[in-house]
Amino acid sequence: MTPTTWPGPDLLDRARLTRLLQAYGVYAALVALFVVAAVLDSSFLSAGNVRIQLFQVAPTLMVALGMALVIGTEGVDLSVGAVIALAASVVPLYVGYGAPLAILIALVFGAVSGALGGTMVAFARIQPIVATLSLMIGLRGVAELINGNSAKPVMDSGLLSLGSDGFAGVPLMAWIAGVCAVLTALLVRRTTFGRQLVAIGDNRQASKLAGLPVRRVLVTVYVLSGVLAAFAGAMIVGHGAEADPANQGLNMELNAITAVVVGGTPLTGGRVRVLGTVAGALFMQLITAVLTQHNVHTSYTQLVEAAIICCAVYASQERGTR
Amino acid sequence: MSPSALRPATAPAGAAPDAAQPAALRERLASHIQRRGALAVLVLMVAIASATSDTFPTWSNISSILGNNAFVWLLALGMTFVILTGGIDLSVGSLYALGGVLGAYGAHAGGTWLAIVLPLAVGAVWGSVQGLLVSRAGMAPFIVTLAGLLGARGLLQALTDEGATTYLVPPGAAFRSLGEGTWTPVLIVAALFVLGALLLTRTRFGATVTALGGNESAATLMGLPVARTKVLVYVLSATLAAAAGALGSARLGSGVTTIGVGYELTAIASVVIGGTLLTGGSGSIGGTASGVLVLAVIHNLIDHYFSQYGSAFTDTVNGAFLAVVVLAQTLLSRTRQTD
Repeated sequence: MTPTTWPGPDLLDRARLTRLLQAYGVYAALVALFVVAAVLDSSFLSAGNVRIQLFQVAPTLMVALGMALVIGTEGVDLSVGAVIALAASVVPLYVGYGAPLAILIALVFGAVSGALGGTMVAFARIQPIVATLSLMIGLRGVAELINGNSAKPVMDSGLLSLGSDGFAGVPLMAWIAGVCAVLTALLVRRTTFGRQLVAIGDNRQASKLAGLPVRRVLVTVYVLSGVLAAFAGAMIVGHGAEADPANQGLNMELNAITAVVVGGTPLTGGRVRVLGTVAGALFMQLITAVLTQHNVHTSYTQLVEAAIICCAVYASQERGTR
Repeated sequence: MSPSALRPATAPAGAAPDAAQPAALRERLASHIQRRGALAVLVLMVAIASATSDTFPTWSNISSILGNNAFVWLLALGMTFVILTGGIDLSVGSLYALGGVLGAYGAHAGGTWLAIVLPLAVGAVWGSVQGLLVSRAGMAPFIVTLAGLLGARGLLQALTDEGATTYLVPPGAAFRSLGEGTWTPVLIVAALFVLGALLLTRTRFGATVTALGGNESAATLMGLPVARTKVLVYVLSATLAAAAGALGSARLGSGVTTIGVGYELTAIASVVIGGTLLTGGSGSIGGTASGVLVLAVIHNLIDHYFSQYGSAFTDTVNGAFLAVVVLAQTLLSRTRQTD
């Protein structure tokens, strides 16, 4: 993380700095990255490049929004990559009836797998990491069983326009992801559901004793994550013009968790930073793009990503309460 | 993910005195199923498969189950220790691949000794960094080892010029004999599992691992070396993963760069199926041995009976099996705690 500008030296105490860094670090880092990238290469800010970056970040952002909600409940959803594969395997089956219906059915599949994971977490009280791990392993298998081993081309005009059209110069996918981000932010900040979600992440036992519908909220959160991942899957199919459940969505769970964590949402739950997640997803996308454009090998890009994750988590830890 | 210390204390066993007798019996039974369930399933599966199939009990089939997979089982051995402390190690798959490349490089550049020492050293250093971040900086094991997964893969790519260079173990090198045949790998792995079991049950370190997984703050208050033990657990896991990779490269004859993706998940699944609780504090090496064998036998049976569906079917069954096992374990441990 690049340091933010500190307030006066008299205000320079550790706790305050840590809090500032947690709240605004990712935005400062994003701005700094933008400036550095633009100075190094003037074509970075060209419309074409910005469009490419937006196309690539949109599905990750969709998944990361759902992941932020799940992490807010002190959980984690490893199944999102497999849900993308599931969506990719379902879409070609129904695309003959039109893109909207195919996407809708993919969303239903996403909701069902989210409900499965959520039920395991909420009712059976299985740890989220294992519950969603079993889905992660199992669902990709199901997706490959549905689709067969080879990638299928998808030529439906509706899906293709979802994946590559733009509106006002910005890709449709980015618009949708942006709207979803706004809705998620409203959900977290302005609704009872959002309050309950954060309360459960803070202290599940106390929320239960306070009479909150803990199980219902938990299942809903995992369903939302599944639906968002399935929509991302439809986007990926539309953008690539093919359905390839064996490869699409691989490592998506890692990218989404990274975006959420870099955005300042603590893994211990009880807090969801939606705008931070947007910034985190953009930051990780841009840093990869910048490094690649300057011919840094993927190996070093991965090392840099690993270092960023460590720094972000270290910075986002609450000190003094340990 | 949360340390068990944050869990609210379970209500003291509030069973009425007259109900204590059957409750104790049920508790003992549940504990037995949890500890020996994987072994029972394994015996049952092998018995049924041997009775119904002509190809399963043949030596060539059994030696292919054992010889081809044995080294990967070492990941589950190290993972057992990590999970017993309530942690998790996602980096082992990448370290397996890294160990393979380092082993092949060592054999190619300096002979058998370098091929053995180099992966072990790199694994130990990698593990100690992860362990220090977990124990001293207090970061979540999940995230530290996730970064480790990315970083180790990156290091591996850097060492091999983005996968363009493949290091070959020279034909005829003594290093190759470590991975050949069925018996050598099986004996090496079995010996390490026995050593691991002794380490866990017979040493102060093992007792500390179990104690700290059961209740970290209690272990700290008792004056146990919690931080040091945590670091050592991650060192053990990473070193075993790198060693397993090196032995794997001795078998394959080269350092395969694309290997190991998703192996951490199989290792975690084996440990959980073997009856070790993910919350830490309870589990055994014997259980993990049963767990890895159960998964290997399932894999083999599916290859035989459902080969037309391919690996996708194996994944589906593995995922469902893991879900069932975890569900059963949760129910069993709830019976044990009588909550």
